[in-house]
Amino acid sequence: MNDVADRELTCKELVELVTEYFEGALSDQARRRFDDHLAGCPFCQIYLDQMRETIRATGHLSDEALSGEALDALLAHFRRWR
Amino acid sequence: MPIQPLLIDDASLVDAIRRRDETAFVQLVARYQGPLLRLARVYAKSHAIAEEIVQETWLGVLKGIDRFESRSSFKTWLFRILVNRARTRAEREGRMIPFSAYEAVPGDAAEESVPSNRFLGPDHPEWPHHWAVPPKTWGARPDEALLTRETLELVSQAIAALPPAQREVITLRDVQNWTSEEVCNVLEITETNQRVLLHRARSRVRSALERHFDRG
Repeated sequence: MNDVADRELTCKELVELVTEYFEGALSDQARRRFDDHLAGCPFCQIYLDQMRETIRATGHLSDEALSGEALDALLAHFRRWR
Repeated sequence: MPIQPLLIDDASLVDAIRRRDETAFVQLVARYQGPLLRLARVYAKSHAIAEEIVQETWLGVLKGIDRFESRSSFKTWLFRILVNRARTRAEREGRMIPFSAYEAVPGDAAEESVPSNRFLGPDHPEWPHHWAVPPKTWGARPDEALLTRETLELVSQAIAALPPAQREVITLRDVQNWTSEEVCNVLEITETNQRVLLHRARSRVRSALERHFDRG
């Protein structure tokens, strides 16, 4: 019998497993422990929401663009290469 | 009349470039300039240097495109060229990312997602290792607060402050929305290391946002 795997997950442990949870990388048993803890812990639910919001905000960063000079230089290079 | 496809796939553009079609080249450069620049910024101190790295990358593409095997994804090949150029450059300038940075192991005490003092101690009679200073919801309408220019600037700064290996991974996974498989292929790291680096990066960005929202 595995004590560590059977007892309830702590909040401190849960915050380390969030990405594995999102990625579906936890074993069935680990996932069950995660879900069990989450169901009874509003603070960890908030924490999980914050991680989701963090990922979403990160996905909204806009891209930079090449300067006109850099594009011109690339085109000139293409013509020489061709 | 045949319908013009709006988006021509990479493979067709690559074929056209092999036939020396300039518009195909321009299209491919336009398609990837944003993501390439962003990844280049992971290695470069300035926008100008990042542009140089992107330019070198395209020169590498033209040099190799006739030999490029279309079996593999063009995107992976393209970004691998960029990563190799950028890393070689960093090495030359003595700013190489140490190999050990990629050997991220789970459970490194120095890399806690949340500082220990936010949790009750191990000896707490009822709730050991549960929240002592729990997180608070980020405002009544987090959707709006989250995507303001100010918040996004904060996210950008938090990412810039990350160790390079974490920055590479979060840039590709969460900014560019790549799959973990693509990221592992381009950076040549294992699935586990990728996940650990991503987790640390996300946790640090979350902390930065939390400090911001708790203050305001």
